[in-house]
Amino acid sequence: MEHDERHRGLLLAAALPALLVLMPVLGLVVLALHGSGDLWPHLASYVLPDALRETLVLLAGTGALAAGVGVGAAWLVTSYSFPGRRWLEWALLLPLAMPTYIVAYAYVDVMHPLGPVQTALRAMLGITDVRGLLLPDIRSMPGAIVVLAFVLYPYVYLNTRAALHMQAADAIDAARGLGASGGVLLRRVILPMAGPAIGVGVGLAMMEVLADIGASEFLGIRTMTVSVYVTWVTRGSVEGAAQIALAMLALTFAVLAAERAFARRRDQGGGAGERPPTRQPLAPAWAWLATIGCAIPVAIGFAVPALHLAVNSWVRISDFGLPPGLPIWIWNSLRLAVMATAITIGAGFLITFCHRHVGGSRATAVLRISALGYALPGTVLAVGLLGPMSWFDATVDALFHLLGWVPPALLLSGSIAALLLAYTVRFLAIPTGALESAYGRVPPAMDEAARGLGARDTALAWRIHLPLLTPAMGAAALMVLIECMKELPATLLLRPLNVETLATHVYAEASRGTYEDGAVAALAIVVVGLLPVALLIQAIRVHALYRKRTARRELLAPA
Amino acid sequence: MPTHRRSLLAAAASVLPLVGALLAPLPAHAAKEVNLYTTREQGLIQPLLEKFTAATGIKVNTVFVNAGLAERVAAEGTRSPADVLMTVDVGSLVDLDRKGLTQPLNSTVAKAAVPTELRDAEAHWVPLSLRARVFLVSKDRVSDKSMTYEQLADPRWKGKVCLRSGNHPYNTALFSAMIAKHGAPATETYLAALKQNLARKPAGGDRDVARDIMAGICDIGVSNSYYVGLMRSGAGGAEQKKWTDAVRVIMPTFKDGAGTHVNLSGAAIARHAPNAANGVKLIEFLLSPEAQKTYAEANFEFPVLKGIAAHPVIADLGALKLDTVRLTEIAAHRAEASLMIDRVAFDR
Repeated sequence: MEHDERHRGLLLAAALPALLVLMPVLGLVVLALHGSGDLWPHLASYVLPDALRETLVLLAGTGALAAGVGVGAAWLVTSYSFPGRRWLEWALLLPLAMPTYIVAYAYVDVMHPLGPVQTALRAMLGITDVRGLLLPDIRSMPGAIVVLAFVLYPYVYLNTRAALHMQAADAIDAARGLGASGGVLLRRVILPMAGPAIGVGVGLAMMEVLADIGASEFLGIRTMTVSVYVTWVTRGSVEGAAQIALAMLALTFAVLAAERAFARRRDQGGGAGERPPTRQPLAPAWAWLATIGCAIPVAIGFAVPALHLAVNSWVRISDFGLPPGLPIWIWNSLRLAVMATAITIGAGFLITFCHRHVGGSRATAVLRISALGYALPGTVLAVGLLGPMSWFDATVDALFHLLGWVPPALLLSGSIAALLLAYTVRFLAIPTGALESAYGRVPPAMDEAARGLGARDTALAWRIHLPLLTPAMGAAALMVLIECMKELPATLLLRPLNVETLATHVYAEASRGTYEDGAVAALAIVVVGLLPVALLIQAIRVHALYRKRTARRELLAPA
Repeated sequence: MPTHRRSLLAAAASVLPLVGALLAPLPAHAAKEVNLYTTREQGLIQPLLEKFTAATGIKVNTVFVNAGLAERVAAEGTRSPADVLMTVDVGSLVDLDRKGLTQPLNSTVAKAAVPTELRDAEAHWVPLSLRARVFLVSKDRVSDKSMTYEQLADPRWKGKVCLRSGNHPYNTALFSAMIAKHGAPATETYLAALKQNLARKPAGGDRDVARDIMAGICDIGVSNSYYVGLMRSGAGGAEQKKWTDAVRVIMPTFKDGAGTHVNLSGAAIARHAPNAANGVKLIEFLLSPEAQKTYAEANFEFPVLKGIAAHPVIADLGALKLDTVRLTEIAAHRAEASLMIDRVAFDR
């Protein structure tokens, strides 16, 4: 039937980005199989058990702390009014602009015995011995947990706040009316209702922890990802690295599956009552405690590292002037991020539309596969991509030779396209996840009505779905933009000649041990990353305002 | 047309030409260009590359690939644009050779410039500069003026040693040299004893060693010689200069008195280099007296060319006496050293 043919075309088109996501996994499998397996017994006895343990401890610790901070902050900000609530509500998102590796470098400097914090404390307490304070070392598991949790809590905060705003308002007000308050309200109403959203947020934060290599390696934590990297670089075995990476993927799939389970439950929530619950005022003492409680995550996750970077940049600039390459690095970072975002959003829309419109097991499979890239840390992704890209270029070369034409220069390997491919594969999960949720709020009846009025597929996508999905798409686009700007390991390995981004420059300086030289570029990453965060905040506010006005209009309009 | 569609079309229209322009591949063949793939950070070699371009008019295109240089070049295959491959560790250089990614360097200039003991037998790579692995000791708390590498594992230093990760190439090279000298079992005992002496978990970089010694976290640590110069000269900022004021540098030797452990930065011509001739010119330039002087003066490294003096700021390190174990032999033991680090759980 004509319908089925069009659907098949749509499926094929949607399957293409999903297949791209499978490329690095296949690349890794090929590498792993090539390995002689000599290294595996050594890895299994000496490296993997500890790496697995450290990874699990880091995941659990960071997940728990990020959940506590994110949920606590979201609860305070949504349910109560206290001084500074309005701007704290948005300031709590600022750590999103901070890459984890930059925060790690900053805190090792700041908390060092010779750093500003301990120097000030010693001055206050009158201690002269540099070792007199005996504060714990940041370069440890607890240090890493704290650093990572306070940078990644916004994922939990954002999701929880959205859930509380959209679904729980009526329930909270009703419970308050029945006399519940404070802890009871939190335990018995808020947590159960926002549970799925919290789960998704914690899942995202944990994926970020699994993918991180810069902060973990620097802080001395030997996670699975760090082991992949070390096996590859120092033990000189990319095959061994691929083997560990595949083993690690199993762990990440578990996290992904848990997140999926939560997401499914969340979509059943429905979005009819979209308004924030009425905010209760607090007694002055408690109000100020709430303010401090919400200000602390902003301080630890954003203000302290940003201030440290700003001070170092200032010193650096006054001594040596601005690094001459700075405008070029900014340009490179931005253009790569913008292009990757455009491709990713387009692909994400295609996949989710196909899932919505065509449905069925194949469309669902495409949707699930497209999210796999997020589970691959940048290094692993890049190593996995090398093989398939090389194969692609060799095939194109052979084809051209067959046709008797002069083959072009390498199309994929070592080109901008390689980077865009890596970013798309890695971040496709963001728009597909966001749009899948957003589609959950568009009733199927709308599709039926449109079809009844004669709309065909393209019209349905373009004129009905797209306007409804624009807010979610916009938010997803901004998230992808931020992530691309911060991306480091894949960029380091795959980028073409003469292309430096802000992130690669920061890394180069840090690996020389000249963190201060990298401070200016690091600050630039944060500043440029703040722009999408600000836009994201604005988008949420405008959307909330729009919903509030529509809700009010619906209330006031006669039935 | 509704606003959202107009803006979407506008966005698409503006992105397309951008995409077209920016996806255009860079030319790999150019009369006056050479493509450099390096694991050496940009800042350290940029001045040299600029001098090369000024002298010859050949433009140098670079990419700093911190890890995976061999994999990247191998994946790019026969049409790889890489001309010159530069690394900062003899192990990775030998690796490139063994993986068939290099071609012999036919240059009498290069051959004449490099001392015999540092040359590769098949001339597949050349060293460009040397760095010694030295000890930093606290000026106040340690009075020793000379030491051996083996002494670092003595019980005297229990809880007083700072190091970067044992699995970092700079350290595995040192431990490989140990294996070459004393054999594997003795080195494993050494590493286990050294682990007991650690004041903190191996982390950070070589400069953190100086900072931690000043802070009193440890009394002795291991670092590359050029970091000493970088810190002392003020190139790392006033903070780092203060760190070096608190430490003394010892140029250790091995127990048999043969000499100090060195590693090298070196380069090779890529197997499928499109601009091989320009690549050879670049390497010859880097081995010229002018460039070797820059290696010494700007990077505080030891030149390979005889007759070029090290920077005065590291003059107190004394003359460099090279250990007799050949660097290629050290490279052969690297994997073994890395496995040993894991077995003694050095980094945990």
